[in-house]
Amino acid sequence: MVIDTHNDLATLDGLQTGHKTIAASDVSALAAGAAIFGTGGGGSVDSAQIVVKAALEKHGTVRLRQVEELTDDDLVIVMSGVGAPTVGVEMLSAEHQPETLLREIEQTLGRPVTAVMPGEIGGSNGVAPAGWAAQLGLDVLDADGMGRAFPEATMVAMNVAGVPRDFRVLSDVVGNVVVIRTINATWLERHVRASTVASGSICLAASPLKAEHVPGAVIERSVSRVIEVGHVLLNSEDPVSSLVGSLGAEKFITGKIVDVERRTEGGFVRGAVTVAGLGEQRDRLLRVELQNENLLVLEAGEVLASVPDLVTVVDSETGHAVSTEQLRFGQRISVLAWPSDPLWRTTRGLEIAGPRAFGYDIDYQPLKRLAQTMRPDNQGDIE
Amino acid sequence: MTAHFQNEFEQGGYSVGIDVGGTNTDAVVLDVDNTILTSTKEATTEDVTSGIRAALESVLDSLGDQRSRVSRVMLGTTHATNAIVDRRNLGRVAVLRLGAPASTGFPPLMGWPEDLRKAILAGSAVLPGGFMADGMPISPLDQDSIRRFLDSIKGPIDAVAICGIFSPSFPEQEREVEEIVLDHLGLSVPVSRSHDIGAIGLLERENATVINAALYGVAKSVTQGLMTVVDEQGLENSSVYFAQNDGTLMAVNYAARFPVLTIGSGPANSIRGAALLSGVTDAIVVDVGGTTSDLGVVTGGFPRESTLPREIGGVRTNFRMPDIISIGVGGGTRIDPSTGDIGSGSVGHHLHTEALIFGGSTPTLTDAAVACGVKTNILSRKERQKISSHLSSGTGQAMQCALINAHERIQDAVDRLSHGKANLPLVIVGGGGFLVPEGLTGVEGIVYPKHGGVANAVGAALSLVGGRAQQVSNFEERKVAIDAASRAAIDKAIEAGADPLLVEVVDVSESPMSYSTQQNIRISVKVAGPLARLDSPILPIGT
Repeated sequence: MVIDTHNDLATLDGLQTGHKTIAASDVSALAAGAAIFGTGGGGSVDSAQIVVKAALEKHGTVRLRQVEELTDDDLVIVMSGVGAPTVGVEMLSAEHQPETLLREIEQTLGRPVTAVMPGEIGGSNGVAPAGWAAQLGLDVLDADGMGRAFPEATMVAMNVAGVPRDFRVLSDVVGNVVVIRTINATWLERHVRASTVASGSICLAASPLKAEHVPGAVIERSVSRVIEVGHVLLNSEDPVSSLVGSLGAEKFITGKIVDVERRTEGGFVRGAVTVAGLGEQRDRLLRVELQNENLLVLEAGEVLASVPDLVTVVDSETGHAVSTEQLRFGQRISVLAWPSDPLWRTTRGLEIAGPRAFGYDIDYQPLKRLAQTMRPDNQGDIE
Repeated sequence: MTAHFQNEFEQGGYSVGIDVGGTNTDAVVLDVDNTILTSTKEATTEDVTSGIRAALESVLDSLGDQRSRVSRVMLGTTHATNAIVDRRNLGRVAVLRLGAPASTGFPPLMGWPEDLRKAILAGSAVLPGGFMADGMPISPLDQDSIRRFLDSIKGPIDAVAICGIFSPSFPEQEREVEEIVLDHLGLSVPVSRSHDIGAIGLLERENATVINAALYGVAKSVTQGLMTVVDEQGLENSSVYFAQNDGTLMAVNYAARFPVLTIGSGPANSIRGAALLSGVTDAIVVDVGGTTSDLGVVTGGFPRESTLPREIGGVRTNFRMPDIISIGVGGGTRIDPSTGDIGSGSVGHHLHTEALIFGGSTPTLTDAAVACGVKTNILSRKERQKISSHLSSGTGQAMQCALINAHERIQDAVDRLSHGKANLPLVIVGGGGFLVPEGLTGVEGIVYPKHGGVANAVGAALSLVGGRAQQVSNFEERKVAIDAASRAAIDKAIEAGADPLLVEVVDVSESPMSYSTQQNIRISVKVAGPLARLDSPILPIGT
């Protein structure tokens, strides 16, 4: 029951203590951390942060449950907002939506739901579930479906693990509920999309996840990790270094953005930024390829980091994440990368979310090997 | 018609530009060729009106018997900004959002600083109404619930803010609700409608709409104060305008309805004025004052706008603001004498008593510039040499470091604005211009325009009248939507005082909206034109 250490992460600073609850006082850290794990995408955390803080103040602290604590009596729902971000900034969600969803799922499955899991920990979808859980009187499972942000709903750990994905419930702003049961995940996505459009292009979605299916099919401890990283970031006098330590990340460069090449295609931001080093590193040029999220880091024809490993651009002074929409010429930034969950680095994981899944004609390059070869060059990094 | 206009040009209406800043109230008079006839710098006063009076009197006096040729007065002011920042003189606003049950998870004024919220909020409700992105009503309007909400508010209601979901695309309902409100509360209560104020983005647009409503009282006192001074000076036949934050002007009655649009007009005027004084329409502009340097970009004669959400008084809004980088580098910036750090603020308007070169005890960037032999216009060469030798060699190194720090910050800001795409000229205005180093990269040539010290007042005097509108449309009907948005924007510009014959579309932008089977796009149109010569008896209406 007591969470003493995270063995797999024990070498990383700032993660010695596991969070067992999410309190209102954790929300700014949750939001700052979720933005870091958004790897440039995942949507702005600002509005969600305010609402979640208010929900936790009103309904009280929520319990954070570990995957190993789940019993057969538990039923987890994976929750996320789905739809068009441009509509989402105008037609905001209704207060009743989480409750409507919960009622429908419990009625359909004939058993009570016990915990909420964020579908995606990166960006706004990583922040909002804490507020929904508070409102519904449920626990939050210390896990999520991505361990970061991805643009496609199919890019989730449950899909990598082969958990059946054929059931979802949607609740829209006016109170419509759509229960979707399909023959497979492909049809599920198609029907979710159609129903969402009918509901005004924005919905709250939930899929049940049986306790027996959870182990190995989620990214564990991601909620507490995001909160820890957020606390480290917000309380450090040297935010970038602390962030690097807390994440176990590689800092490829601290430099200045010298080119932003960005276009919007079908609602997705696509492009690349070029970063020039400063001081002794001024001859270095780094290129970050992005599609909503930062996906590849390249230097002199070499791949330094590749999706699904996490690449985040942060302000070199504040350490705060800079989203792909906010990238501007002349910004002083640091480019960080750290390893994704091992699940993503399996054959199936890379099939779903490796470089080729995003249309890049390269194989995934593990970060660790490159980190070793890069290290000698990285020592003279100028702040 | 042409003859009429020539006649008007020969007669020559003068324009007076006034900028009310935190420290100074500047005024300038321009003739029809935009030549500066006279200018002045007066101290800004607590009541503001006296400062405006002093500035206007001064320039009119120096015009002598030519003063009767003044036909326009344009004012840029930070009144609205200060009222919000200081939480002073704000009205109590009833906030009415349309779109329930949508958005009920995000109540109005969410995330506002508590003191500002208390100062402004008379009451709020999220009521049925509003539209989905495709025009489907979210819920039918409930007139009774609107009346019940208004009746439920305890205490006075100074103004009402109405904000409907997707009202920028479907504005009729906000107008209908305005009628209901006026019918119920009486015609004297001013109403602020969100579709007049901002674009898609509910919370930011609503915030701006509420702030606008809270500023009606402030706007009224400023507009009336200015009109009083204008009348006192016998200029009652001239037209009076306010500068807004995108570098265009609005008529006084429009400014009285949209005070929120004056927020940020100071830097916008400064950028535009600097560009016009220097004769370039595309440039980076730096205004180096005593406390900060404000840098912006002028593109095609207009200040480039920020694409990021802007905060005012701690509230996120999406109203139009110029893309300004403000850095803590000014003539009065304090220097740490041991390290040369420049992070601890400015001596502000005490520069002339506190700086070392003026006999004070605080090392400032002005001192550093003098110590390092930079040519300033403050002192003669002889004085400079004398003082330069007085500054001890110990602090000399710190002085040099400080100047290098300042130069680096300016270079950084220039880099962030230039986008590296084209080398733009750098136009330098403001009293601390000597702090801008030579050899900046990313700029092509440096221009110090004459009268740079009153660039903001010049900018106010020379602004165009603009208007803008947005439409959501499916891709097949984009041409129709662009036409509709253009017409709406032109109507707004004409309402704000633009010449109907000369107003033109200056920008059309389209952004796709994903996740729908039919490809929807959002179209945003910006128009601008010179002021209509309504003051002239030869206006060609109906000809």
